[in-house]
Amino acid sequence: MNVEAVELAQGVHWIGALDPDLREFDIILKTANGTTYNAYCVRGSEGVAVIDTVKENRAEDFFARLEQVAAYDEIKVIVLNHLEPDHTGALPELMRRAPNARLYISFKAQIMLKALLKSEELVYTTAKTGDTVSLGDRTLHFLHTPFLHWPDTQCTWLVESGILFSGDVFGCHFCDPRLFNDRVGDFRFSFEYYYQHIMRPFREHVLDALELIEPLDLRLIAPAHGPILRDAPGNYVRRYRQLAQPMLLNEAGDRAKTLLIFYLSSYGNTARMAQAVRDGAEEIDGVRASLFDLQGGEVAPFVDLVEEADGIAFGSPTINGDAVKPVWDLLSSLTMVNVREKLGAAFGSYGWSGEAVTMLEDRMRGLKLRVPVKGIRVKLIPTDEELTLCHAFGRELALHLTGQVTRKVITMEELNAQTSNSKEYLHA
Amino acid sequence: MPKANVTFEDIGVTVTVPAGTRLIEISEKVGAGITYGCREGECATCMMKIVSGMEHMSERSVLEDKVLQENMAGRHHRLACQAQVLGGEVVVRPG
Ligand SMILES: Cc1cc2nc3c(=O)[nH]c(=O)nc-3n(C[C@H](O)[C@H](O)[C@H](O)COP(=O)(O)O)c2cc1C
Ligand code: FES
Ligand SMILES: [Fe+2]
Ligand SMILES: [Fe+2]
Repeated sequence: MNVEAVELAQGVHWIGALDPDLREFDIILKTANGTTYNAYCVRGSEGVAVIDTVKENRAEDFFARLEQVAAYDEIKVIVLNHLEPDHTGALPELMRRAPNARLYISFKAQIMLKALLKSEELVYTTAKTGDTVSLGDRTLHFLHTPFLHWPDTQCTWLVESGILFSGDVFGCHFCDPRLFNDRVGDFRFSFEYYYQHIMRPFREHVLDALELIEPLDLRLIAPAHGPILRDAPGNYVRRYRQLAQPMLLNEAGDRAKTLLIFYLSSYGNTARMAQAVRDGAEEIDGVRASLFDLQGGEVAPFVDLVEEADGIAFGSPTINGDAVKPVWDLLSSLTMVNVREKLGAAFGSYGWSGEAVTMLEDRMRGLKLRVPVKGIRVKLIPTDEELTLCHAFGRELALHLTGQVTRKVITMEELNAQTSNSKEYLHA
Repeated sequence: MPKANVTFEDIGVTVTVPAGTRLIEISEKVGAGITYGCREGECATCMMKIVSGMEHMSERSVLEDKVLQENMAGRHHRLACQAQVLGGEVVVRPG
């Protein structure tokens, strides 16, 4: 393979590395087409900047390309748009070789940089939107775009050339040595897949970042993975705007809160509880409650529903001391979307030990849902009285969703003593 | 033992707690939408807004102060895993 730096614009070069044989990235992504680690070199009248590096095992290619376009002692600036090891693997060696360089990182990256380089005595400059660093006749502008997809992520804008160094944003895992989007093979699937798996959980942050990026007069987007977007770069920005819209039409209208109740039931006990919860919730105006039997569903469409819902409740029997697998399957897929501060709740029938409900509640808290109403457990077949409790439980969830809960005052001891079996969700 | 009252605005619950309790100990039990990650004052996931009663909260530690600054938090924000309630009436909400 020929190892050559590639010019993107006058004084701007791609100095990254190709990884065509990679088939899985970060455990979580399939990479049928391999990937690239894109790093860039920008030459100004008063010094050179290196923007991002590559994965450690590809450092040799990176240094070989860098050496073609700059000498180490010319490097004044190293920008890290993102600290993940696929972009910082070659950093320690680069810092050793380029002792005159100063590091520029997002101000949110400081603790992470220390953890990454295992050193407390680092010298660096932190950047936020509006901060710049001059290379003489050209200037790097920083855009603070956190959580795309780590807290530390930022973009760097080379205003004189209209080039946005975007980090993982607008990137994808697709290796093609022809590099430019108007020359490589069809990478649309990879672009979409990357968005869905890496950016989607951070939709609100994507929207914030787009507010900063959309006004730019873009001539080229230089992402940290995959093709360099020089042909119609604005199309990719527009595509992100589309992808960050809700996946589903909002049928319930803006005023209705949606509660999704997912359940499984072998003998119908948890199913009857679920119906009572739904009926209770529906009694409250402005709430649309829906029931789903997980036995008959696939995970992916439910994830889309959850993304747009205001509350989710899980009904699971306890089987062998645990909630049942389809519930865990759905819960483990919710990291794909933002569920923070949605309402969560759990209920279920059990035989003798009944662990499922508390386990589900703990898991939902772990996912950063709020779980304000203690779950209900019913031993085997629900009685009419117990179904009334389930009904009241549904009402209570709906009141929480619509912000109508009556204030409650409790002590820490009472809080500690609460068990899943308690009926404390019923306001006296 | 001196007590404090902490009100979680988002779920409408007030908890009476012993003075010195960390907010996270209450929020995770009561099921409020104040969430947490590292529990060690580094990730700022547990950042929350003190609606009133900041004068009843413990002083910010150096670490908490640094993490709050890095996250551009205002004067009314604290980390639930770090801040302790020392007495009186405190009202908090996610944020
Ligand atoms: C896609 C992705 C998402 C991540 N999300 C988190 C996170 O939410 N919180 C966290 O503490 N670390 C997160 N990390 C960081 C990993 O936990 C960290 O890189 C860890 O060192 C990986 O360990 P391993 O080498 O055993 O895979 C994430 C990493 C990746 C690749
Ligand atoms: S939980 Fe990480 S800072 Fe509090
Ligand atoms: Fe990344
Ligand atoms: Fe990456």
